[in-house]
Amino acid sequence: METTVVDEGLTKIDACHKAQETTIIGKRRPKIDAWPKAKGTTIYADDFTMPGMLHAKVLRSKYPAAMILAIDTGKAEALPGVHAVLTCKDVPNNNLRAKFGQSTDVGSNFEGLYRVLAESKVRFMGEAVALVAAESLKIAEEALDLIKVDYEPLPGVFDPIEALKPGAYRVGESESNVVSRFKVRKGDVEAGFAAADVIVENTYRVPFGDHAYLEPESGVAWVDEDEVINIRVSTQVIEHFRTVAEVVGLPQNRIRVIGTWLGGGFGGKEDITVESFLALLTLKTGRPVKLTYTREESLLAHGKRHPYIMKYKTGATRDGRLVALEAELISDAGAYTYLTPWILLYSTVNAAGPYNIPNVKVDTVSALTNNPFTSANRGFGAVQPNVAYESQIDELARVLGMGPLTIRQKNCLRQGDSLATNFKFDRYVAVAEAAEKAWQALGPVPESQDKNIRIGHGLAVGMMSYGRLTFLHDSSRCFIKLELDGSVVVRCGVQDLGGGQASTLCEIVSEELGIPLEKIKIYIADTALTPLAGTTTATRMLYMSGNATLKTARELKQRLLTKAEAMLGARAADLQIANECIVNPVDPEQQITLKEAIDACATDGIELFYEGQFNAPFTEVPTSEIISGPTFADFTFGCHAVEVAVDVDTGAVDVRKLIACFDVGKAINVLNVEGQLEGGAIYNMGYALTEDLIVEKGYLKTPSFSEYLIATSVDVPDVETIMIESGAGLGPYGAKGVGEPADNSIAPAILNAICDAVGVRITTMPATPERVFWAMQEQQQKSRQ
Amino acid sequence: MELQNEITVSVRINGTQFTAAAAPEESLLEFLRTRAMVMDVKCGCNKGDCGTCTLILDGQPVKSCLVLVAQANSKEVWTVKGMALDPLMQALQESFATHGAIQCGFCTPGMLVTARSLLADCPQPDRAAIKEALSGNLCRCTGYKKIVDAVAAVAACQASARVQGGRCRVWKQQ
Ligand code: FES
Ligand code: FES
Repeated sequence: METTVVDEGLTKIDACHKAQETTIIGKRRPKIDAWPKAKGTTIYADDFTMPGMLHAKVLRSKYPAAMILAIDTGKAEALPGVHAVLTCKDVPNNNLRAKFGQSTDVGSNFEGLYRVLAESKVRFMGEAVALVAAESLKIAEEALDLIKVDYEPLPGVFDPIEALKPGAYRVGESESNVVSRFKVRKGDVEAGFAAADVIVENTYRVPFGDHAYLEPESGVAWVDEDEVINIRVSTQVIEHFRTVAEVVGLPQNRIRVIGTWLGGGFGGKEDITVESFLALLTLKTGRPVKLTYTREESLLAHGKRHPYIMKYKTGATRDGRLVALEAELISDAGAYTYLTPWILLYSTVNAAGPYNIPNVKVDTVSALTNNPFTSANRGFGAVQPNVAYESQIDELARVLGMGPLTIRQKNCLRQGDSLATNFKFDRYVAVAEAAEKAWQALGPVPESQDKNIRIGHGLAVGMMSYGRLTFLHDSSRCFIKLELDGSVVVRCGVQDLGGGQASTLCEIVSEELGIPLEKIKIYIADTALTPLAGTTTATRMLYMSGNATLKTARELKQRLLTKAEAMLGARAADLQIANECIVNPVDPEQQITLKEAIDACATDGIELFYEGQFNAPFTEVPTSEIISGPTFADFTFGCHAVEVAVDVDTGAVDVRKLIACFDVGKAINVLNVEGQLEGGAIYNMGYALTEDLIVEKGYLKTPSFSEYLIATSVDVPDVETIMIESGAGLGPYGAKGVGEPADNSIAPAILNAICDAVGVRITTMPATPERVFWAMQEQQQKSRQ
Repeated sequence: MELQNEITVSVRINGTQFTAAAAPEESLLEFLRTRAMVMDVKCGCNKGDCGTCTLILDGQPVKSCLVLVAQANSKEVWTVKGMALDPLMQALQESFATHGAIQCGFCTPGMLVTARSLLADCPQPDRAAIKEALSGNLCRCTGYKKIVDAVAAVAACQASARVQGGRCRVWKQQ
C-alpha cells in the first residue's frame, strides 16, 4: 500500500488567495475568439487575398548533402506569367549570424547561421534553393520544374554520434559539427555510486517530432504606398521583422509584420518560415505575393523536435534514496543551429529532474548532421530528459520492490530545496502533491477481461520552466485606453496560437476595471501598431503580457479611483470598481458610474491611456560550460498517471485512462487551462506511441499525415484534469504557465505503464506495436534460457 | 492552350448559384477557395488525411479536397457559413464555444460540419459513436475531449427538446 503524505505550505497560500474575490478571473468562460472561429469568419493567413496578388513556390533540394554546381533559371524566367525567380545571389544578405528572435545580445554561444537560400553546399533535403512568384500557383509550380540545378551529391553524416567523431563529414562550410556543450557538476558521483545499493543503467532514444499544426505555414506580403513591406503571416514571433530587415537590407522601421490568428504553432512557427521569402518576392515584383506551404512541404521545411540519445546511470540506497545520477545527452541539431543551444541548455538544467540527488554529473552536447534541422517544439528540451529520468526512477522502484509513488515522494523536490544547478525553490513545489492526487485518481488496476490483454498503471512527474531564460532580459508591453463611452481598447503585440492568449488579457482588464468583456476590444500582433509583447513561446505569454496588462490596468484604475475620491469625497482606498461603477461598499450612497469618472478625467485633462511594461528578473549570461545558479524565473510542476491495455498478440497499446494533475498557480480561465492540460497530454501521447518522423540517411520517409500519425478522436481517452491552485506563480494573480509543461511527463508515464502491464522496458520511442511485441518476444526468450 | 483545358462548372454554394471556369483536375476545395472565395473550408493536407475541408455535398459530408470540382457540377454545397441560420448548427457552434472545444479553430469548420451530419442522422449517439464519427477530422490542439463533450451536450439537449417539443430540432435542408 502506498502512503499519502500531504504537503504543508500550500494551504496557507491557498487561504490568502481565496480572500480576494474575483468576478471574471477563475471562471469557465468561452474565449473571445471562440465565436468568430465557430462561425467560420476568422481570417487565417491563407484566407487573405489582395488584388493583383502573385503566388509563390519554393524550389527545395532533393539531396540531403550536395554541392550546387550551377543553377539555370533562364527557362523558368521565360515562362509567361512568371514575375520573379530568385536564388541566393538575389538576396542582399543571405547569411546572417542570427540571434533567432532575441533582442538582447547574449554572445556568440547562442547565435547561429541563418541562411535564406542555399548557396554552394546543401545541408538537408528540403533546403530552400530558389523562389518563384507567378500569376497563378500552377504557373509557379511549372516554373519550379524548369529551374535546372546541377547537384553533386556528397556523403553527408546522419548520426550525431558519427558527426562528433574526429574526421567526420563537415555539415557546414567552416564550423565544426559541435553546436554546443553544457555540464552540471554537483558532489562526487563516483562516491555516490559507491554508496548505492542498486544502480540502474539504460540508454534511451527519442525520435524527431513534428508539430503537425493543422494550418500549414502561410503569409501574404505587399509593399504599401509608403514603401513599407507589410507581411501578414501565421507566426509565433512578429519580431522577426528585424531579421527580415537585415535580409533585404532595409531599416527595421520599413518592415511591418502583422500576425494572424494561428491555426496552431506548438513551437513550429517560432522560427522564421515564409517571411523572408515573401519580403524578397514582393520587393522584386512590386506586387502582393502569397506563399502557403503544402502539408508535405511543411513536414520537410520547418524545424523538428530534437532526437536525443540519453545514457543514464542512477543509483539508490536500499531504502529508495537517490544517491547519484550520471547522464550523457547527445542531441541531433540537424542541418542548421536555430534554437538548438537554448534547447540543449533546457535539457541540461532538467536532466536530473525534480529530485534531490546529492551527486550529479551531466554532460550534454549537440551536433550538426544532414538531417532536417531541429528547433523549438512544445516542451523545448525538457521533455526528452523527462522520458529518461522518469523511466530510470521507475526501474529503481521495480528493482527495490517499491511503489512508484513512494519512491517519488521520498526523493522529490520540495519548497526550500535546490536543483543540481543550484537554483533554490523559494516557492511552493507541487511535485509530491501532484503525484499523490494523480495516482489516487487512477484507482486500482482492474482485472483484464481478455486473456490477451494486460492492464498496467504508470506514473511520471515533470517540471518545466515558464518564461524565457532569465539572461535574455525578457519584457512585455501593453497599452490600454478608456474610450469616452466607457468601452476599452487594448493593444498588445501578443500572437494568439489558440491557447486564449489574447482573451486572457481582456479578462484581466475586465476584472481590474469592472468593465464587461463585450466592451473590450483587443488589437494584437502588429509590429507597427501594437506595443511589442515578445514571442508567444516558452510558455511566457500569460506570465509576461498578463503582468504587463495587469500593471497597465491597475495604473488606469488608480487614476479613476483618484478622480472618484475627489468627486465623492471618499478615500480612494475605500472605493471599489465593479459593474461599470465606482462604489464605497460600506456606504453604497457614495457611488458614481465609471462613465462619470471617465468624463471627469477627460474634462480635467487626465490621461485615459497608459502603456505599461513588465520586466522578468534578469541574470547574467552564463560564461562557462558548467551551468550553475538561476537560469529561469520559475517552474511549473505536474504529473501524469495512466492506465494502458497492452495486447500481447500484437503489442498494441491502448491508453484507457489518463490523469493530468498540475499546479497551475491560478487558473485565469478554467476552460483554457483545462484545454492546455488535455491537449498537451494527447500531443505527447502521440510522441510516446505513434508519431515517428522517420529520416533515413537524410531522406524523410514520412512525408504526410498518412505516415506521420497523430492521434484521432478514437485513439484517445478522455483526459481527466486535476488543477492545483497554489497561487505560487509569478504570473498575474499567482498564475503559472502551463502550455508546454502540459505535455511533459505523459510519455514516460505511458512507458512505465507498459512496463507494469507486460514487464518490458521500452527505451526507444515511439513504443509502436512492433517495438512492444519484439521486446516481449526477447523477454520470453531470455526467461526460457 | 490554357482555354482548351478549362471546363465550366456551376455549383450551388450556400444557396447561391456560382459558375466559373476551372481546370479539369481541380478539386472542389481548390475551386471554392480560389474561385468562389469560400474561405471557411480549410486546407490542412489536400489529400484526405485531416478533414479540415469537410463540407456537405448533396446532403452528405465529404472531404472536398478528394472531390473533383467536375463531380460537384450542378450539385449543392453547404459550408459552416452557409448554415448560419440552421438551429442545429447554431446549437453546435454555441456548444463548441461554451465547452472550450475551440482552440486554434482551424479544425472547427470541418468538425462542426461532421458533427452536424452525425446528429442529423443519429440524434442520440453515445460517446463512442461521436468519437467514431469525428475520427476523420484531426484536431491537434484540444485532445478531443471538449469537442466530444460539446457534441454530446447538443445530443442531450436535442433529446430533451424532442420530448418537450422545444428548440433543438433537427434542421432538414431543402
Ligand atoms: S484538406 Fe481535405 S482532408 Fe485535409
Ligand atoms: S482547435 Fe486547433 S486543430 Fe482543433
